[in-house]
Amino acid sequence: MIRLIGILTGLFFALMAVWGFGTGLATVISDGQLKEKTAEYEFHLKPRDAGLASDGAFGKWDLAQLQRGMQVYKEVCAACHGLKFVAFRDLAALGYSEAEVKAIAAGFQVPGIDPTTGEANTRPGLPTDYFPSPYPNAVAAAAANNNAIPPDLSLMAKARKDGSNYVYSLLTGYRDVNTFTVDGKTVKQVFPEFATPPNTHFNPYFANLNIAMAAPLMVDGQVTYAEGQPAPTVDQMSKDIAAFLTWTAEPKKVKRTQVGWPVMGFLLFATILAWMAKNQVWAAIKPKKKKA
Amino acid sequence: MSFPWAQQYQPTNAFTRFMDEKLPLPRLVYNAIGGGYPVPRNLNYMWNFGVLAGFCLVLQIVTGVVLAMHYASNAQVAFASTEHIMRDVNWGWMLRYAHANGASMFFAVIYLHIFRGFFYSSYKAPREMVWLLGVVIFLLMMATGFMGYVLPWGQMSFWGAKVITGLFGAIPLVGEPIQVWLLGGYAPDNAALNRFFSLHYLLPFVIAGAVILHIWALHLTGSSNPTGVEVKQESDTIPFHPYYTAKDGYGLGIFLLIYCALLFFGPNLLGHPDNYIEANPLSTPAHIVPEWYFWPFYAILRAFTVDLHIPFTAIVIIEAKLLGVLAMFAAILLWFFLPWLDKGPVRSGHYRPLFRKFFWFGLIPAMLVLFYCGGAPAEEPFVMLSQIATAYYFLHFLVVLPIISMIEKPEPLPYSITEAVLGEDKAAVLGENAQPVGV
Repeated sequence: MIRLIGILTGLFFALMAVWGFGTGLATVISDGQLKEKTAEYEFHLKPRDAGLASDGAFGKWDLAQLQRGMQVYKEVCAACHGLKFVAFRDLAALGYSEAEVKAIAAGFQVPGIDPTTGEANTRPGLPTDYFPSPYPNAVAAAAANNNAIPPDLSLMAKARKDGSNYVYSLLTGYRDVNTFTVDGKTVKQVFPEFATPPNTHFNPYFANLNIAMAAPLMVDGQVTYAEGQPAPTVDQMSKDIAAFLTWTAEPKKVKRTQVGWPVMGFLLFATILAWMAKNQVWAAIKPKKKKA
Repeated sequence: MSFPWAQQYQPTNAFTRFMDEKLPLPRLVYNAIGGGYPVPRNLNYMWNFGVLAGFCLVLQIVTGVVLAMHYASNAQVAFASTEHIMRDVNWGWMLRYAHANGASMFFAVIYLHIFRGFFYSSYKAPREMVWLLGVVIFLLMMATGFMGYVLPWGQMSFWGAKVITGLFGAIPLVGEPIQVWLLGGYAPDNAALNRFFSLHYLLPFVIAGAVILHIWALHLTGSSNPTGVEVKQESDTIPFHPYYTAKDGYGLGIFLLIYCALLFFGPNLLGHPDNYIEANPLSTPAHIVPEWYFWPFYAILRAFTVDLHIPFTAIVIIEAKLLGVLAMFAAILLWFFLPWLDKGPVRSGHYRPLFRKFFWFGLIPAMLVLFYCGGAPAEEPFVMLSQIATAYYFLHFLVVLPIISMIEKPEPLPYSITEAVLGEDKAAVLGENAQPVGV
């Protein structure tokens, strides 16, 4: 009885699945293609490699680069984007001295309370404060940016696929929609209805190709780096901010791989010992090989 | 249980004698995983995964209890408290990655454990109860894993919770009230997050209870083995300790190497980037996908695209969405009936030529296709592929297996485990001295 019910149930579900397959196949055949081609799919580019020092299993932080990235964030990105999970005290990990951290914190105005009246006001930041949001609330952020709220950047390098390279590619990826080509064709040649709506900007590294943010790094030397640092080209600045956001997304990233190697070494050693112990224990009852 | 020749526990000093008299816990452990448990001598490495699954459960409970000390199950701060663990709690990043990847490893181990059961027909008599309890554990694990993924309150957490509880909305008439009751509201919010956290903390201990029953039921019959021939005599078995403790120790080493490689060098490899974006009810992710260990069943859910209607009319009997939900649950629940669907007398796939072909060239490819398609976007060719694989999945368990078990001619079995290992068995030659042991 169970088997009879089972066979009937199995046939029912299989039939319904195959019916769905048939319907799908009919659609594919009548459309003449598997799925509708979209500009988002055909013209989207995978991130380019930023070649950061922190990449890979042997990665190290390039502190000078992180400090440059921090400078780019402070002077460019911070105008619109927050960094709410990062405290000023965390910046000590980038090689800043205590006095420098205090100075950076004091350069930001954070929400406070007037100690005499109890009224809300702002005060210079302290090392224990977190990077403040540039807008008092989401409505203000949307109002100032044509309804597109600039996302918080703390976790950006982990919140996108291949995040560190994505940040670098996006910032250097603004193109003219009329001259950008894939396989020798522009977007509009393949998809005549494709348009870049007002207040958006064409960028093939962005998921739907039209990003609300205007290119933030436009000219070489937009940020002035200290003596002895590389020239602040757009490419260099983009790499530096990508490095900095990699750090903000996972400040323990390098520590993680550094801890990982001794752990792996110990486990390898322990596993070899366990293997030898197993062989030792089993040797007594191992069947003797039969003579050929 | 035990075979008559099982070693007996001998308390050796005053303390163990005292304990053995007042609370024979050492004796229990000795008989469960010590020298007092005789195990077939021919177990291969596929028999390592039970112990590894037990290890994973302990690992998840230990890391989870510590994480819960720092986590806040409030929708306002859940995401920030997770980031607090990652940034400010000492070694918090390691705990969280250990817990998240521990869940993945737990499911990987369990899938191998289950498919070991499929190939060697471990579900067959006399081990039906071991199998049934195993399926219960798997269902509890799925519930626990799902609710755990909701806790960080990222985008995938929120939308995953919405989609999965929405499945109940497909039930006619009572669907929506059930969905609202499950969530404690019309959409996932604080009420849902809090109850998911409460249950996520509770269920692992329920799993631990079910595991104890699972092991208890196993010890009544003794472990199965790769030949599927039951234990007949003392020479067929060896004590669990030291033989299998040593072998499991080696297996544990390999497991930990893979686990730590994942934890330290690719902790986000199996996660989804969108879960590092805070939950936002107003912004739907482009592709909502669950964690990888749900992909095969997610593919089955999405494989049903046509309503069941009376032909040449528009009268719908079952909507496609409900069909998908039913199929997804049926895909797992049918495992409960395996012992009675597959009645063939021979257990091991090694001696079942027809079964073996359908296993390696049918079930395994179908499962792999379902795995892949469940993680892919719901577009062609993935939907069509998963429809074929889904059809085969149901046919395999519900049609092919019962028929095979009736028509298949198994290959000759060895007389005993001893013969399978040593190539000869004196008892088999002597014949009359071969006394089968009833179990």
